[in-house]
Amino acid sequence: MIINDKKLPDLPPPTSTSGPIGWLRNNLFDTPLNSILTLVIGYLLVTNLVPLIQWAFIDADWIGDSRDACTSGGACWVFVSVRLNQFLYGFYPESEYWRINTLFVLLGLLLAGMIYEKTPKRGWIALFTLVVFPVIAYFMLHGGSFGLPVVETHKWGGLTLTLVLALVGIVASLPIGVMLALGRRSHMPIVRSFCTIFIEVWRGVPLITILFMASVMLPLFAPEEIDLDKLVRALIGITLFQSAYMAEVIRAGLQAIPKGQYEAADAMGLSYWKKMGLIILPQALKIVIPGIVNTFIALFKDTSLVLIIGLFDLLAIVQSALADPKWLGYSTEGYVFVAFVFWVFCFAMSRYSQYLERKLHTGHGARQ
Amino acid sequence: MSTDSMSVSDQVMIELKNVNKWYGDFHVLKDINLTVNKGERIVICGPSGSGKSTMIRCLNRLEEHQSGDIIVSGTTLTNDLKHIETIRREVGMVFQHFNLFPHLTVLENCCLAPIWVRKTPRKEAEATAMKYLERVKIPEQAHKYPGQLSGGQQQRVAIARSLCMNPEVMLFDEPTSALDPEMIKEVLDVMIELAQEGITMLCVTHEMGFAKTVANRVIFMDGGQIIEENEPQEFFNNPQSDRTKLFLSQILNH
Ligand SMILES: Nc1ncnc2c1ncn2[C@@H]1O[C@H](COP(=O)(O)OP(=O)(O)OP(=O)(O)O)[C@@H](O)[C@H]1O
Ligand SMILES: [Mg+2]
Repeated sequence: MIINDKKLPDLPPPTSTSGPIGWLRNNLFDTPLNSILTLVIGYLLVTNLVPLIQWAFIDADWIGDSRDACTSGGACWVFVSVRLNQFLYGFYPESEYWRINTLFVLLGLLLAGMIYEKTPKRGWIALFTLVVFPVIAYFMLHGGSFGLPVVETHKWGGLTLTLVLALVGIVASLPIGVMLALGRRSHMPIVRSFCTIFIEVWRGVPLITILFMASVMLPLFAPEEIDLDKLVRALIGITLFQSAYMAEVIRAGLQAIPKGQYEAADAMGLSYWKKMGLIILPQALKIVIPGIVNTFIALFKDTSLVLIIGLFDLLAIVQSALADPKWLGYSTEGYVFVAFVFWVFCFAMSRYSQYLERKLHTGHGARQ
Repeated sequence: MSTDSMSVSDQVMIELKNVNKWYGDFHVLKDINLTVNKGERIVICGPSGSGKSTMIRCLNRLEEHQSGDIIVSGTTLTNDLKHIETIRREVGMVFQHFNLFPHLTVLENCCLAPIWVRKTPRKEAEATAMKYLERVKIPEQAHKYPGQLSGGQQQRVAIARSLCMNPEVMLFDEPTSALDPEMIKEVLDVMIELAQEGITMLCVTHEMGFAKTVANRVIFMDGGQIIEENEPQEFFNNPQSDRTKLFLSQILNH
């Protein structure tokens, strides 16, 4: 018989498994194959990254007002800085830039307030952002009342337009997607078939076709009195297209919720909407956060397709600037700039979603 | 034991009249007739697949019966959503797998229905919830999430959650069969206490000790029918039907 009731003291781990050397040995050089891979990838990184950094930062030219300032042989960011206003604001009149600035500062504050956990009354801020802010945004951007001169939508462009398209698409496609997903699982045959057909039709058509039809073909068939703004038509097209995707993502989440959750909610006497709103959707949406953000990111990047119907989003406006004879040959800088801006926004969304996932995790074993 | 101290009134709480149910072609419930008075504690047992769960799940419309009448607390179950919601407010249910809401804390689980169904003010609902959490002996877990509790604790939360609605009837569907042996007792103790307070209870369980302690009637089901129905003493010592005898010999010999 063995009896061992003496408590052993806690010792620090051996140094070969901790510290930088231990980490290198455990993660990069633990097997021959891994060591070779480490070396190959290291070589590729050094041979590619170093020239890239050289080009983009060390040899780059930043200040100036024409291409003559670009003499160092690296990237010519002067192209971007000279045209920056156009890239950000499109053809919006310069005297009205403050409207866009105010709006995005306000939005930034609201978002920061929602993200920062200790803000009081976050629920109200969220509600304000979703309901009141879009109205303010419309009046600020479009003008026409409160003494603001009208700026027609064909003058909107650049990053402003990209953000307008993406934000409206994101804010509208989530609730529509939720409704479609619920409808597709409804017990009422008419609702169910309507939602199924809607989703399958929109999902089966390329976005480019939808945009094209919305801008070119709709006006041919629609009666003349109905003269929807081109931007509005694009917005409707993008929103409906993405809600179909969103609906399928959310439906996957709904299907992952165990039947017991529905039954427990039913047994308490919760009505359908309360059951969905309080019990099922919070859990389902949490499960599919990665899918939802994936759709948001796709939507954000798809906004650049509006260039085929003559709206000048960030990509389109940079492209048109590249056609300027004064700046021929700087397309690399232009596209790198566009890619970088898109990447910043998409990466931010991705990080926030990972943070949300961690925060909403309420303990293992919770699923039955 | 206190079986006599637990009063049974002659007011009818639940009535099933010729209830039939099919799953497709499969006849699960065959002509069920059962009357339960206020304050009765009924234990339902029977072999697996005999329709026990189906029967008690028909009482709050988690399953729909196809013919016959079910009357709970004076309300007849029809397709009318109003009737269904009225009945569900008065009937609490505890499931085999607890079915707590994992995204809400224990306290939020308990307050949800009082706040959203009964429109109780939040403060009051929380006070009631704490009272019941104390009764099931886990007030200190109120701010944890279900995923952080043991099975026995989760089931006690589930019981407290049902009690927060002040139901007239409590339905239990094998409340202890997903639990490890050492946790069964803590849940049964809570249920015994409940029974002694005179709430109407229908409990599907194979815990025969529990049946002997608190039940005033034991019902044996097989093949979708009620085969035998008696008070516990008689039921265990002097079973009438052969199927009951066989069943009892199987579970009591374990
Ligand atoms: N949704 C369903 N569809 C089809 N058949 C079902 C369904 N639910 C249950 N059944 C069948 O109905 C019969 C009765 O099921 P029920 O769950 O009521 O049995 P039970 O007595 O509770 O058994 P157990 O002790 O295993 O829980 C079983 O034969 C089962 O296979
Ligand atoms: Mg069962």
